Amino acid sequence: MKAHLTRRYIFSASHRLHCDELSEAQNREAYGKCNNPHGHGHNYALEVTVSGQVDAKTGMVCNLADLDGTVGGEVLNRFDHVNLNQCAEFEAMVPTTENLSEVIFHILKQKFKAAHLERVRLEETAMNSFEYCGD
Amino acid sequence: MVYLTRKCEFSASHYYHNPEFSEEENRRVFGKCANLNGHGHNYTLEVTVKGEVDAKTGFVVDLKELKEILNCEVLDAMDHRHLNKEVPEFRDRIPTTENLAIAIWKRLESKLKVAQLHRVRVYELPDLFVDFYGES
Repeated sequence: MKAHLTRRYIFSASHRLHCDELSEAQNREAYGKCNNPHGHGHNYALEVTVSGQVDAKTGMVCNLADLDGTVGGEVLNRFDHVNLNQCAEFEAMVPTTENLSEVIFHILKQKFKAAHLERVRLEETAMNSFEYCGD
Repeated sequence: MVYLTRKCEFSASHYYHNPEFSEEENRRVFGKCANLNGHGHNYTLEVTVKGEVDAKTGFVVDLKELKEILNCEVLDAMDHRHLNKEVPEFRDRIPTTENLAIAIWKRLESKLKVAQLHRVRVYELPDLFVDFYGES
């Protein structure tokens, strides 16, 4: 039987939303306070949902230690306590939480093979969150 | 179609142990959860039902009825219990959160008459939950 398992992780990072192709005025208009040149930060809450058949012997969709290991090694190590704008992934992309959700989804899709990756959900604050389920 | 979710909490103990595995394998696969003295959690259960809104009552489901089913099938059976020892589904099945969500689904599915069961979500911890949507 197929079940969906969701695990939640916390990381903290800073960013500045700014697009070089837009004028200063357009950037301010599009991104508001998030365009502040010195950047700002968030405590992000990441929810990773995987699915699969429940193994008859273990009762598990996948081993949580494996999921924690991959998310820890590939996502939290990369994005916790960093400035997202300085990360290679955002050299040519604005580090909005939409884009960050997509980046994290693609990293995990490539690195985590023990169950099917269903969804990445990212809370930027308690008031807004973004989901990406692949294209 | 409208979806309605009811939430309740229960506390229970369990351990993970497969008699087909060696002790070493049990410890490797299940980690701290393999301790045969058990441990416990405060579980949060979210049950989502779906259906058309009744024109006369404005309800998808009679909440009182749903609450009674949850009390009888889940809370009376599992709250302040040892899942391995006191819940029949886990005599020969490991009480992981995955299996717990499936067991609760099966208990509720046959009892719900008016609305259709859509999802059973079981939180073992605030940062870990399982969703089950029925057989597949």
